[in-house]
Amino acid sequence: MTSTASVLAALDSVRDPELDQPVTSLGFVASCTVSEDGVADVHLRLPTYFCAPNFAFLMVADAYEAVSGVPGVRRAEIVLDDHFASEAINGGVAARAGFVESFGTLAESELDSLRRDFIRKAVLAGTDRVCRPLLSSGLTGDDLAALTLGEAPPSPDRERLRARRAELGLPSTDDSPLMVDPVTGEAVGVQAVPLHLRKARLTAVGAEANSGICRGMLRDRYATSGLGEETA
Amino acid sequence: MYEKDGEKYFVVDSHMHYWDASPANWIAGQENFAKGWIDCFHAYQSLGPAETHWSIEHFQKYSEDDLMKDVFEDGHVDVAIFQPTYLKSWYTEGFNTTEKNGALAERHPGKFIVNSRFEPRGGDAAMKEFEENVARWQPKGVKLYTAEWLGDSRGWTLKDPEAYRFLERAQELGIKNIHVHKGPTIWPLDKDAFDVSDVDHAATDFPDLNFIVEHVGLPRIEDFCFMATQEPNVYAGLSVVIGGLMHARPRFFAKVMGELLFWVGEDKMTFGSDYGIWEPKWQIEGFVDWDFPAGDEFTDYPRLGTAGKKKILGLNAARLYDIEVPAEYQLPAEAGTPAAKDDAKLVEDPVGAPA
Repeated sequence: MTSTASVLAALDSVRDPELDQPVTSLGFVASCTVSEDGVADVHLRLPTYFCAPNFAFLMVADAYEAVSGVPGVRRAEIVLDDHFASEAINGGVAARAGFVESFGTLAESELDSLRRDFIRKAVLAGTDRVCRPLLSSGLTGDDLAALTLGEAPPSPDRERLRARRAELGLPSTDDSPLMVDPVTGEAVGVQAVPLHLRKARLTAVGAEANSGICRGMLRDRYATSGLGEETA
Repeated sequence: MYEKDGEKYFVVDSHMHYWDASPANWIAGQENFAKGWIDCFHAYQSLGPAETHWSIEHFQKYSEDDLMKDVFEDGHVDVAIFQPTYLKSWYTEGFNTTEKNGALAERHPGKFIVNSRFEPRGGDAAMKEFEENVARWQPKGVKLYTAEWLGDSRGWTLKDPEAYRFLERAQELGIKNIHVHKGPTIWPLDKDAFDVSDVDHAATDFPDLNFIVEHVGLPRIEDFCFMATQEPNVYAGLSVVIGGLMHARPRFFAKVMGELLFWVGEDKMTFGSDYGIWEPKWQIEGFVDWDFPAGDEFTDYPRLGTAGKKKILGLNAARLYDIEVPAEYQLPAEAGTPAAKDDAKLVEDPVGAPA
């Protein structure tokens, strides 16, 4: 029989696209059960009733894909609770309809472009997380411009940055530059390094602030912790 | 007025409200939205200090006496600026309208500035309503909530031709300040509703208007900051930044302040309590006492001194709204001009040497 733990492990791969963090650690997984005949039933919850419906749709659709791929799961039922667009999102994902079909005239196209925009932000924020400690240890911007990804010290942040770059098709091997333009993938030149790092830090600070507010709102909305929630 | 350590602060609360979200005002069939909206606001209040939290019943509808006490008697505010949010799709009499705010303001002369709004999707009827509101209340500013629902519409952007028509008319009618508030739903829903690039367009095309982006574009602070460095007439409204982060997430708050001081500058930031979400008292007192925490991660941010705090808490907004500030609260000439559009070597050179 498929375990709840294996479904939760699959949900660890599902991220909030805006915050670039797993829905599990954010506390968005309200419940998760697997029946004896292989039906996985997952309820997701968000910090507010009015959280942006496009990102909510992506999370529910990604959860559907991830849970459906768990060995032994015969059917995945993903339900977003307590959201103004719950009905459209839950129905659309269950019917394997895309975003446009689910939202009709309210949407013009699918969400791929939106998702890519936010992975680019994740690349910038991740660049800050990898580079900031190097700057603190005494390296200069010029030093960083000459480094490759493989020359940065191994860390979870480095691997997360590598993964996001790979998702966008940006250079992500050890011999690729440590800092690349998140749109073109070209190495950031020495002249452009200070501004690039400023933008990277600003993007990371923005993501931290958003995540702090979202976590606070979720805690006020629900008395219980989510499955796999990590307090930060 | 707030005084601390011999320093006197003239306080303009540039973003506050007088709303009615009680069940009696919910439109039949729209109760989930009306309730969802006010519950969401109430959750924001939870990010402030526990002793300032209200019951949901009180939060749904507070009285005129509550407001006068919280904002002026206890809250140190000298002048408060009402910013309306209509939401007539969900609330019978509207959530927080010009008329409701204006009626209260008339009973307390000198305390309030009554801003209005316009609804670019409403055509000629909306234009007439806007013109009547301007004639009646003589606002110097408007508050625009771009994610407001109207019929089947889920919002609009400042780039829309209809919006330009209203911006042009607003300018003719003497409006100076455009407060922009982004929300989570804008047509088409596959785009990012929080995107602030439409403000960029409008700010370029209307250089004589000031665009105050409320909650500094949260959750898109980075896009807002990049944009603000390009546009001399774009300002950062600190509503939600102080209320939502200073108490709940002090280290994140310090970083956000550091980024804003770097990219936008102390002459371009305005305090707004977002009352009734948060009372102004703790925000003002905490902000006057605030400084960066110790730690390497904060060392290369610009510092914020007493003069900068005076600008942010009141002098910048006073300048944008031509509010007379008594001499004892004003800054010496060497402290610079509050709300100066040219505050910013950063506009030309946003590149600082990273630490």
